[in-house]
Amino acid sequence: MAYLRSILRSGKNAVPAVLRREFHRTLPAAVQVTVRDAIKEALDEELERDERVFLLGEEVALFEGAYKVTRGLWKKYGDKRIIDTPITEIGFTGIAVGAAMAGLRPVVEYMSFNFSMQSVDHIINSAAKTYYMSGGLQPVSIVFRGPNGAAPGVAAQHAQCFAAWYGHVPGLKVVSPWSAEDAKGLLKSAIRDDNPVVFLENEIMYSVPFEMSEESQSKDFLIPIGKAKIERKGNHVTLVSHSHVVSRCMDAAAVLAKDGIECEVINLRTIRPMDMEAIETSVMKTKHLITVEGGWPQFGVGGEILARIMEGPGFSYLNAPAVRVTGVDIPMPYAKHLEENTLPQIKDIVFSVKKTLNV
Amino acid sequence: MPINVFIIIRKSQGSRVVVSARSFADLTPQASFDIKRCDLHRLDEGPSVQTVLTREDGLRYYRTMQTVRRMELKADQLYKQKIIRGFCHLYDGQEACAVGIEAGINPTDHLITAYRVHGYTYTRGVSVKEILAELTGRKGGIAKGKGGSMHMYAKNFYGGNGIVGAQVPLGAGVALACQYQAKNEVCVTLYGDGAANQGQIFEAFNMAALWKLPCIFICENNKYGMGTSVERASASTDYYKRGDYIPGLRVDGMDVLSVREATRFAADYCRYGKGPILMELQTYRYHGHSMSDPGVSYRTRDEIQEVRGKSDPITMLKDRMISNNMASLEEIKDIDAEIRKEIEEAAQFATSDPEPPLEDLCNHIFFNDTPFEVRGTSPWVKLKSIS
Repeated sequence: MAYLRSILRSGKNAVPAVLRREFHRTLPAAVQVTVRDAIKEALDEELERDERVFLLGEEVALFEGAYKVTRGLWKKYGDKRIIDTPITEIGFTGIAVGAAMAGLRPVVEYMSFNFSMQSVDHIINSAAKTYYMSGGLQPVSIVFRGPNGAAPGVAAQHAQCFAAWYGHVPGLKVVSPWSAEDAKGLLKSAIRDDNPVVFLENEIMYSVPFEMSEESQSKDFLIPIGKAKIERKGNHVTLVSHSHVVSRCMDAAAVLAKDGIECEVINLRTIRPMDMEAIETSVMKTKHLITVEGGWPQFGVGGEILARIMEGPGFSYLNAPAVRVTGVDIPMPYAKHLEENTLPQIKDIVFSVKKTLNV
Repeated sequence: MPINVFIIIRKSQGSRVVVSARSFADLTPQASFDIKRCDLHRLDEGPSVQTVLTREDGLRYYRTMQTVRRMELKADQLYKQKIIRGFCHLYDGQEACAVGIEAGINPTDHLITAYRVHGYTYTRGVSVKEILAELTGRKGGIAKGKGGSMHMYAKNFYGGNGIVGAQVPLGAGVALACQYQAKNEVCVTLYGDGAANQGQIFEAFNMAALWKLPCIFICENNKYGMGTSVERASASTDYYKRGDYIPGLRVDGMDVLSVREATRFAADYCRYGKGPILMELQTYRYHGHSMSDPGVSYRTRDEIQEVRGKSDPITMLKDRMISNNMASLEEIKDIDAEIRKEIEEAAQFATSDPEPPLEDLCNHIFFNDTPFEVRGTSPWVKLKSIS
């Protein structure tokens, strides 16, 4: 079942892997890795590679991570490199930024990015702006990571998406991975980047397995920050998405394919700097654009993409107004049926595509 | 063998007279001074109540404090001429703190403070020229004109922070890095009586004590947080006790020797793994909170005058050295004249150096990155950013 899902997701990459497996039983070319394990692999490899990298956050050490992302790391690296903090977000974020200023390379975990609101002063005023304000004297090499956005049944205070908030700030890089390969390659790049990076994971994706190519299993496998990926090629409409919602776009694309509508699904991978070139190239081909996100509509990621399309070369290629599919403009409710109807469902994406294509 | 030093004095009519000044060999090379006992919190012993000052050190402290004083007064002047804009928080009156602290630590130690930062920027090694040029927003400023008064940085000096209280967890983080890298260095983390009630400071205290970080927390209590006196802001004004489980000492912040002794004591405590320590320096600022505050709506002119008359840190040191025959009045006057000249030249530079070019507008967003495009004020304006 997971196998089937992974084939649908990774498209044509899965097929040669299957064939290869039959011929080389001793060394499978690709393996199944969950997003959680991919993140952990990235952390493990970077901790091993650079003495200055260390992790801090609530429950990251003994408890092995609230979502078990850091399982085994404390046992391997010890107290000095994996630090359990008290429940004091603004305090430990400030401490992490200070340590980064003094030359270390901290990775701060937020149990949920909703808790990062307490630390936002340090992320923005102490980290993002410092290299600029100091005229280039004081860089800040730091990663802020953790689950962002919706999670099942966690209700309003624990389900907000912060992609637009952090994406607003110059001096920050903001990454939002979808697949296991995304998570691994982008987190490694984020840790090696000499600037503050906000790394928005998602709890829904943690347990989802993906096929990891042989290349992605290398310790030096990096995905560049700022480049989107076309997860599915198509000619009729461009769907641009990020994080767990990419899964829904892929599922919607499969449904639409039955009606002969071929969607091109772009996985943004990075929110800031955004890969507008990839979006524009796609729009010039498909002539139809729909952005799909879990976050709120007002001042969201989709709003930014649409504004840039208006201002750029893509506009004159559009055959219909570009639209956004977003979360409903309300705090996240708890009851399952209400919660389901707060996020864009497959049927919402299918409906929006058909409206845009006027079919 | 006494050495005679000749000073040439130009008289008003233009003729010159050669006078033999007092020879330096007549002056006392060092003397012992009594300093006030510190109030202690969770400490059995405090810094020594006696300290030895050498002539050399004394002159250096005098020169440094006087330079900071004159630099701040020059900034006041430039601000009133509207050559400095925005925020300008002056340090005059508090010089003994910055100079005493620097005397108690090594250049390889670290320091971070809030926005009243010009004095520390100087003691941490940045020239008056680069400080004034940063205040006037010129390209020769220490931050290339991009930071201004509150955002100056140097090696082992982390600013310059505009958000009250934020510098305290940052400083604890620098201390974490010191511990991590095991180089026996400490971080001096300063904050004011106004910031002392910030929650994040207590979060930093907790983690510093838990992890035994080599952090010297220092509260510069100048009695007023902007226009709010300590009595009106804090339920407890014993700032040296506010670290609770962290040992503390309350120090006379107007006496550079007291500050030095206390800092040496604190640095020794921290450096060898005992964990953080807290110092409260009782000090005073002559200026208002910033240049937009005349500073007399919440305190009396009499109070300011009294401190100037009885506790000025520079006068105190000068009087000590002269009355103990450690320096001559001529020497002091010479130092003053040299400083005046240095400040004038720096101000000249700060007013004549050009502002950073427009091409620099978008640079320094990211470090060690490839150049990228930055959107200007409209979609047709495409700017460039280089690291």
